[in-house]
Amino acid sequence: MSSICDEKINFEDVCDRIDPEELKKEILEKYPTKVARKRAKQIVVNRIATCNEVQEIGANVRTIPGIITQRGCTYAGCKGVIMGPTRDIVNITHGPIGCGFYSWLTRRNQTKPPTENDENFMTYCFSTDMQDKDIVFGGEKKLRAAIQEAYDLFKPKAISIFSTCPVGLIGDDVHSVARDMKEKLGINIFAFSCEGYKGVSQSAGHHIANNGIFTHVVGLDDTVKEGKYKINLLGEYNIGGDAFEIDRILKKCGITLISTFSGNSSYDQFANAHTADLNTIMCHRSINYVAEMMEEKFGIPWIKINFIGSEATAKSLRKIAQYFQDQELIDRVEEVIAEEMPEILKVRGEVRPRCEGKTAMLFVGGSRAHHYQELFKEIGMKTISAGYEFAHRDDYEGREVIPTIKVDADSRNIEELEITQDPDRYRPRKSSEELERLKAEGFKFKDYDGMMREMDSETLVIDDISQYETEKLIEVFKPAIFCAGIKEKYAVQKHGIPLKQLHSYDYGGPYAGFKGAINFYREIDRMVNSKVWSYLKAPWQKSPELSAKYACD
Amino acid sequence: MLLRHTPKEIRERSALTINPAKTCQPIGAMYAALGIHGCLPHSHGSQGCCAYHRSTLTRHYKEPVMAATSSFTEGSSVFGGQANLVQAIDNIFTIYEPEVIAVHTTCLSETIGDDIPQITRKAEADGKIPKGKYVIHANTPSYVGSHVTGFSNMTKAMVDYFAVSTGKKEDCINIVPGYVEPADMEEIKRIAGELGVRTILFPDTSNVLNRPQTGKFEMFPRGGVTVESLVKTGDSKATIALGHLASGPAARALDTKCKVPCEILDLPIGLSATDRFVDVLRKLAGVHVPDSINLERGQLLDVIADMHQYFYGKKVALVGDPDQLISLTEFLVSIDMMPIYVVTGTPGKKFESRINEITKDVPHEVKVRAEGDMFLLHQWIKNEPVDLMIGNTYLKYISRDEDIPFVRFGFPILDRIGHSYFPTVGYRGGLRLLEKILDALLDRQDRDSSEEGFELVM
Repeated sequence: MSSICDEKINFEDVCDRIDPEELKKEILEKYPTKVARKRAKQIVVNRIATCNEVQEIGANVRTIPGIITQRGCTYAGCKGVIMGPTRDIVNITHGPIGCGFYSWLTRRNQTKPPTENDENFMTYCFSTDMQDKDIVFGGEKKLRAAIQEAYDLFKPKAISIFSTCPVGLIGDDVHSVARDMKEKLGINIFAFSCEGYKGVSQSAGHHIANNGIFTHVVGLDDTVKEGKYKINLLGEYNIGGDAFEIDRILKKCGITLISTFSGNSSYDQFANAHTADLNTIMCHRSINYVAEMMEEKFGIPWIKINFIGSEATAKSLRKIAQYFQDQELIDRVEEVIAEEMPEILKVRGEVRPRCEGKTAMLFVGGSRAHHYQELFKEIGMKTISAGYEFAHRDDYEGREVIPTIKVDADSRNIEELEITQDPDRYRPRKSSEELERLKAEGFKFKDYDGMMREMDSETLVIDDISQYETEKLIEVFKPAIFCAGIKEKYAVQKHGIPLKQLHSYDYGGPYAGFKGAINFYREIDRMVNSKVWSYLKAPWQKSPELSAKYACD
Repeated sequence: MLLRHTPKEIRERSALTINPAKTCQPIGAMYAALGIHGCLPHSHGSQGCCAYHRSTLTRHYKEPVMAATSSFTEGSSVFGGQANLVQAIDNIFTIYEPEVIAVHTTCLSETIGDDIPQITRKAEADGKIPKGKYVIHANTPSYVGSHVTGFSNMTKAMVDYFAVSTGKKEDCINIVPGYVEPADMEEIKRIAGELGVRTILFPDTSNVLNRPQTGKFEMFPRGGVTVESLVKTGDSKATIALGHLASGPAARALDTKCKVPCEILDLPIGLSATDRFVDVLRKLAGVHVPDSINLERGQLLDVIADMHQYFYGKKVALVGDPDQLISLTEFLVSIDMMPIYVVTGTPGKKFESRINEITKDVPHEVKVRAEGDMFLLHQWIKNEPVDLMIGNTYLKYISRDEDIPFVRFGFPILDRIGHSYFPTVGYRGGLRLLEKILDALLDRQDRDSSEEGFELVM
């Protein structure tokens, strides 16, 4: 039997060979009946070209126990993902030591304080390290003391508290402790009820964190900063320096970044975010509601953009320029694109012949399984299967399905904020005539098509993929590359297939923006054309019959 | 400065842990469970715990780490996790077909008080556990002990569930290797093999978490102690437990349950601790120590003698797990280095007295702390710097800020490889440790020396 890497498989071959409906059936056969019924809704054969309609997918539903999911928890979403990248807030995990320990520096959110003297607490891990007596008698006293000790040692401008599973169970009132200590110490202190068991994935934690930041920080600083075109970048976490590259490009275009939620962010940026004139959303899933709330409260319109892929970056820059409707900006953006593109096209030209026709699969959280398909397209690679770890239906099917999404008990546990216009700070950024004119030009506000519209027909879209399903896909499709996270990495690679981590970028990056595209092209070229996979069989394993002959002779 | 906010002035803290030198029980239990052949660890609680533990173990070993979770939601937290666990057991045996499911609890399921044996009986009554397959468990609340305690509890569970005494003693010695690397487990087996002793090593993660690349992923690879061997541990002549904290409880449980006498030793890290291990093994098995082992011992001793000038008097800061630190401290003292700061996050007062005893003749004040953290260690270093630091990856921040040579040792090591392939136990392991220490110290000397003092031969 030849090894996987010996077979040259391209997209067309795969499609000719494999009936996705049959494969789906085969996957489901292994499961107990009830599990199969549930998974059937979460595994969808995309039919976009044939019927131009987006199928409904089961998403944001409970994980099936024992299935070997790759999902994380609400605490991980709240503390790790959203609050983790902000450098100058002291984040205290209230709970036993594990949660704080595991979320300590592991997400690669880079940060760059303006000077050596500026605050940066990201290298620290703060925990109340609850012991059994705290569980029995309650941990509020210890939390209070911990906040005091953190204040005495560091004098930060803000402290936030994160509840872990047992804290919710024993009923520590973290919010009242935060209120008391805020009054006592005179700095901003707020808490998150982000116990791991809430919701069905880390997505619930994003929601809780964003609500908290919106309630406790956004709008506290009304200083209007210099800058002709002021935007916020939402849903960008500066993994491997992505936000630095995006910031470089924006600066070059003359666009001012007021705040990033939450990559390379600071408390003051959040406080001042409401002074921007446009919100741009990278990861729709983790933050769309913040954009909605900021529009409602402050009058800032929002658009979906994507800085993953050079074409996507150019398109997003043009969209931002179109929004501001200023010829100077429109021209500048074109100049920047023209300046940056030659180098990108040069590298793409080198890489493409080596990658063309190869296949990829992407199973990553939030927007990454969607956005990275653009980059693969640029070097001629096709995505034959993809899915999200913690998305909701709108991330797959587009925002138009939002009204039809049923809210279940698990989602109802996550607080929805009631937002009204801020009497002092609300300011429409565009007149209604301007908005109409833009819309007439085809400009889309508050819009997101979702992943499925952009994927080919007959591709498999799978929500919350299990380890077993991952194995099946690899066995059947033998993709040239599989994109997922650290938990999947080595299992996939043992099959002789490279796995690109798209959460941590395998400790490389940036991959966003123009320079990022170049990095990614080279990285994927390296991975899908690496010699390592050709050595899986030793010479004597490739042709054992020779030695048999020798023995006979 | 990455840790720019750490002040030199030390204030006692009663509530806030900063930069912990330990993590929680379940990850240790998961690691131990992976050392049973055909076992899928299962985390009973919300799914984040399992995701975190798998991620951290994967980053450390750079190998697949499979485990399942009960995926608690709010409902299960209120009404208990029975339905989740029964469903999980059914799904795991149906889809993944392991021999054993090793369930460990989390702080969530411990706090609501889920009774795992009762739930397992329910799963069995419902026909969810196929004939000849097993579900074992350990209670591992995260608010007690540390990852070492979790390892210890799951290892003890192996005895509680499997060990049987038939009354007929076998010429075999059980070895509980402690919370060490797959390479260390392999090395312990090799040393026993050199002595010609039949052993059962449990848990055994060699060939599980340092597997070859073959082009084929196997969820349950060749390695790990088999259930059959675990059953037989009850008939062995004796048990050697390496590491009081991680291995003591399992060995004592075997003594109580099956009357297998035990010797609890320090981890065989360094010359003297390895000597004691080999000596006890020899006596218990009634064998002679072969020349091959004497040769290895002599080589280690030779390097200590040859390079003594570079070790002598060097101040060292150590952070890690108690069992490792006790042996490592003894080793450093034996080569005339001065371990002056020794910190573990794992609770247990015995640790401090043991280190104090080992370092009583060190000609310098020695600060030791159980239930300490790396913030405190950093403050000590700010007050009086050291020549070398030994500990896990998180020390790299202090190392960079304070410009101190650093040897990675312990758990977790997220940014280097080697630990799962090259042992630090035994005489060969001692040689490797010395090599790493010398590399760090001599590289520093090369970097810092003046041009006229730059040495070609060292």
